[in-house]
Amino acid sequence: MTAGHPKSPRARRGRFAAVRRELSKAPLSAWFAMIVIAIYAFCAIFAPLIAPHGEAEIVGKGYMPGGWHADFLLGTDQIGRDIFSRLIYGARNTIGVALVATIISFFIGIAVGVLAALNRGWFDQVMSRIADALLAMPALIFALMLLAIFGKGMLNLIVILALLDATRVFRLSRAAAMNVVVMDFVEAARLRGEGTGWIVFKEIIPNILAPLVTEFGLRFCFVFLTISALSFLGVGIQPPTADWGSMVAENKSLITYGNLTPLYAAGAIVLLTVAVNFLVDWLLYRTSGLRDEQ
Amino acid sequence: MHPVLRTALQRMGLSLLTLFLVSVIIFSSLAMLPGGFAETVLGQSATPETIAAFNHALGLDRPAYIRYFEWVAHALQGDFGYSYAGVGGSVKRSVADVIAPRLYNTFFLAIMTAIVAVPLALFLGVLTALYRNGWFDRIVNATTLTTIAMPEFFVAYVLMVLFAIKYRWFYSLSTIDPSTPFWEHVYRAVLPAVTLMLVTVAYMMRMTRAAIINLLASPHIEMARLKGISPAMIILRHALPNAWGPIVTVIAFSLAYLVVGVVVVEVVFVYPGIGQLMVDAVSSRDVPVVQGCTLIFAVTYIVLNLIADVIGVVTNPRLLHPK
Amino acid sequence: MKDKHLSTLVSQGKKGSLSRRQFMQGALALGLTVPSAIALWTTQVKAATPKKGGTFRAGVGDANTTDTLDPGQALGLFAIQAPHIWGTYLTEVTPDNKIGPDSAESWEATPDAKTWRFKLQKGQEFHNGKSLTSDDVVASINHHLSADSKSGAKGLLADVEAVKTDGSDVVVITMKVGTADLPAIVADYHLPIMPSDGSGKVDATSGIGAGPYKLVSFQPGVQASFTRNDKYHRETYFDEIQLLGINDVTARMNSLVSGLVDAIDRPDPKVLDMLKSAPNIVIDEVPSGTQVTLDMDCSAAPFNDLDVRLALKYALDRRAVLEKIALGYGTLGNDHPIASNILYYAQLEQREYDPDKARFHLKKAGAENLAVSLSLSDAVYESGVDIGNIYQQSAQKAGIKIDVVNEPTDSYWSNVWGKKPFAGGNYGQRMTPDMVFSTFFRKGADWNVTRWDNDRFQKLLLEAKGELDEQKRAAMYKEMQQLCRDDGGTIVAFFQSFLTARSDRVQHQANMSSEWQLDGGRAYHRWWFAD
Repeated sequence: MTAGHPKSPRARRGRFAAVRRELSKAPLSAWFAMIVIAIYAFCAIFAPLIAPHGEAEIVGKGYMPGGWHADFLLGTDQIGRDIFSRLIYGARNTIGVALVATIISFFIGIAVGVLAALNRGWFDQVMSRIADALLAMPALIFALMLLAIFGKGMLNLIVILALLDATRVFRLSRAAAMNVVVMDFVEAARLRGEGTGWIVFKEIIPNILAPLVTEFGLRFCFVFLTISALSFLGVGIQPPTADWGSMVAENKSLITYGNLTPLYAAGAIVLLTVAVNFLVDWLLYRTSGLRDEQ
Repeated sequence: MHPVLRTALQRMGLSLLTLFLVSVIIFSSLAMLPGGFAETVLGQSATPETIAAFNHALGLDRPAYIRYFEWVAHALQGDFGYSYAGVGGSVKRSVADVIAPRLYNTFFLAIMTAIVAVPLALFLGVLTALYRNGWFDRIVNATTLTTIAMPEFFVAYVLMVLFAIKYRWFYSLSTIDPSTPFWEHVYRAVLPAVTLMLVTVAYMMRMTRAAIINLLASPHIEMARLKGISPAMIILRHALPNAWGPIVTVIAFSLAYLVVGVVVVEVVFVYPGIGQLMVDAVSSRDVPVVQGCTLIFAVTYIVLNLIADVIGVVTNPRLLHPK
Repeated sequence: MKDKHLSTLVSQGKKGSLSRRQFMQGALALGLTVPSAIALWTTQVKAATPKKGGTFRAGVGDANTTDTLDPGQALGLFAIQAPHIWGTYLTEVTPDNKIGPDSAESWEATPDAKTWRFKLQKGQEFHNGKSLTSDDVVASINHHLSADSKSGAKGLLADVEAVKTDGSDVVVITMKVGTADLPAIVADYHLPIMPSDGSGKVDATSGIGAGPYKLVSFQPGVQASFTRNDKYHRETYFDEIQLLGINDVTARMNSLVSGLVDAIDRPDPKVLDMLKSAPNIVIDEVPSGTQVTLDMDCSAAPFNDLDVRLALKYALDRRAVLEKIALGYGTLGNDHPIASNILYYAQLEQREYDPDKARFHLKKAGAENLAVSLSLSDAVYESGVDIGNIYQQSAQKAGIKIDVVNEPTDSYWSNVWGKKPFAGGNYGQRMTPDMVFSTFFRKGADWNVTRWDNDRFQKLLLEAKGELDEQKRAAMYKEMQQLCRDDGGTIVAFFQSFLTARSDRVQHQANMSSEWQLDGGRAYHRWWFAD
């Protein structure tokens, strides 16, 4: 099962130098994406300063309506916590968890994947079989079991999600790197006597970045959804920590009665997903060589 | 040896190895789960004697490695053992009997979803690649990203509120049993199928689009373009055939997801599929059922990937006719 | 005054002692207009007269694919409801929470309460045509007692010495110790009467009993359907029963709103107000004895000091916990385990939140600036950790520092509860004080997590167990409740209420048993459709 990823990498160098020039040519969707992401990042970093109330603080009665002139902009949740404040803290927790989990999974996945591609043989065989076996297990159920074994803490959640996701990143980066290691310039670098580290960082990783970035965009968002599904099954991020996935799950009953509470958190996830993927699309578009086409 | 055959055989060998690993991982993680079937079933009325009696009847008082080899030996002969539930009663339920009707339901739902979702995803993928970066592409893109980004249960509830409560076109419950007639089954499974469709189409469509766009920059497409062939023809004649490999991989992945990733949708619509069975079996520590389900999923996943690999070779002239 | 007359009139009408004409005359005499009197007659009085017919569809959570029909292994609400539909028990918990006859029509005990004779109603028949005799009762109870029994009722029946027949319609149960509660014990959900196979064994997974409905089909975790048993020894109203397993609470409520089921258990308290406002939906709240507690280990410092225990008891704002955590759907705890719906409940003075008294006791104990850590988890209650947060805030005002430890949910009952000296507990209802006290406070009992050692209490516990005189028993239990409240190691935060919701087509008598949800699992033969 090494069928590779839909994307094959393309050689493209010196990308970072052109960042400023590219930015000025960025389309509207990319600008929209960057602004949304900047706002989210700001909320996440400065959450305690922006949020009018505490994350778990009970400030009113349950389900008070919101509005511009009400005490609580978006009303209160089932036990009287300010939804607006929880959304802002949710940005910190949700993005934090997703980012950390995705970064760990990419770090492990890429490192092992590239090494496997460079040194075929037993290392590649062992890693590929382990990854295949983990992929062949139903992910959600396996996550459920691991959480039952190791406990439900936030740290365990991050590590388990990261490890399960790393298998996909591994397959993708291995497949992409395999195409690169056979290229002439890698051969040349080897003949020049460059070390493995130099080859990996200067030649291989820059050239497999495109499919990895696309994957990053989706994986990052899938982490919210996985946490949300786990919350639905009762093992996600534990209360009173605010995170969007759990906030949707907690208030799901309200949808039937036309109450908007669960929509806020769902909307926050959707907006971020769309923004991240618009950005990724733009990056992909720039690196795929298609920009010369039109 | 013919390359297709060689790939298939090679992959099958590796698949057996993978299956073996899966069996080890699942057995050991089940063994590590805190608590046991006796404790969960007896709950607050457990006494040490009843738990011991239970564990003895289940054979859990023997060493783990013996139980593992017994399980593997039986599984190789197609015997997955008996569910722990109902042990000691007159109605023993074999794992196969427990899983079979639910597996049928799951496949039913998966096929129902796939029949619509796969062509739709391909169609949208090709169209968006054709009109990439135009308004059509952007609208489809934003819409699919939105459906991707919605938790499944959220999509499910919205559909339920709209089509089962506001307009009572469909049922909010998809309870079915083996005696449910075919079309009744289809009718009751509409809402869960639509939910799954919304979630899977987006992913498949995006990957199709990415695979095609990726190919558009390759030299032979460049050549076709220079010959003045229309963009639509380029995609259908030149890009799509070469993109089959990666696209089929994505479809295989999505189908595998449909077989077991639908726990949440099953719970919401009370559809008796295999996902709910697995979650229940894990939480009640019904080890044989979890093992059976996991193996079935692993086999499904491996077979789908095998098919994807073979299609990848068949549709790739370079691999089909190596120099 | 007028209201009182009116309600008397309505209740007389319900009993059937008034004709419509008499009712109208009475209502008009009280000043009602003709239309409102008619409305009252149709909605209140006529509806309360049970009618036959219809298929009752109940959506119940907690259905598992591992469920079986073996009542000894019943786990989860679905599996607990089922035997009440297909089976009969020796006794039952009546709608007003007393013990009444089911398959046994009467029972009596020797003065030491050690030997009990249950006399069976004649003419009862199992669904397979076999008539129900004392042999079947003996075989059914022995199913749970045998050496290799895997039944959850084994602990409950630990004091049973022998079960014998005395003729075909008398069962004699001898106990190792005097057990005045035996009639209540045999009403336990594990113990329906199943047909003996002739050799003293029963087939526990067959679902055959002598109950109100015959099992037609059963898919574990999905549904069970039943059809009326005409041979049942009482009147039944519904023609057929469908028990549907709907584990997701939102899906359960949506099914009720969209008319796919007629009644559900445990609607989500968070949205109960919105559910109430949906047309034709009625919510029933039944106080239960299921308790959420904070248990102090009286053998460990600092909880071995009575004044520390009392300080901690006064430092909890129970009203805030009830309102914020149980959302008001429960009753206040009073630091003893007997809820108001349980027999022999004693109305003691309610313990209120009182930081000054807490300070007083702290000072007396010489433990000013007391700091304790409290282990909690969401295994204790949904958002159970928040109980700790509320406690933390209310105890702070009394100068007590409480450090709330959020323990892992999965291993809570095995690794934390009963092991940490101060931890949360959640205990299902038991129908008599003796069952509660023996389970949680008897010296050496497995679940005696407070390790509270009070000689007077232990003595009373043994005496009351075999005391058949109601009044003496009541006095003993009152004293025991007082002892728990003023000396024991348990802080009872609140008692949970059972919530059910139904379509207004479904009617029931004024009272409902609080043994389980849905009228103690007996809605199926007690309720009826109004139209």
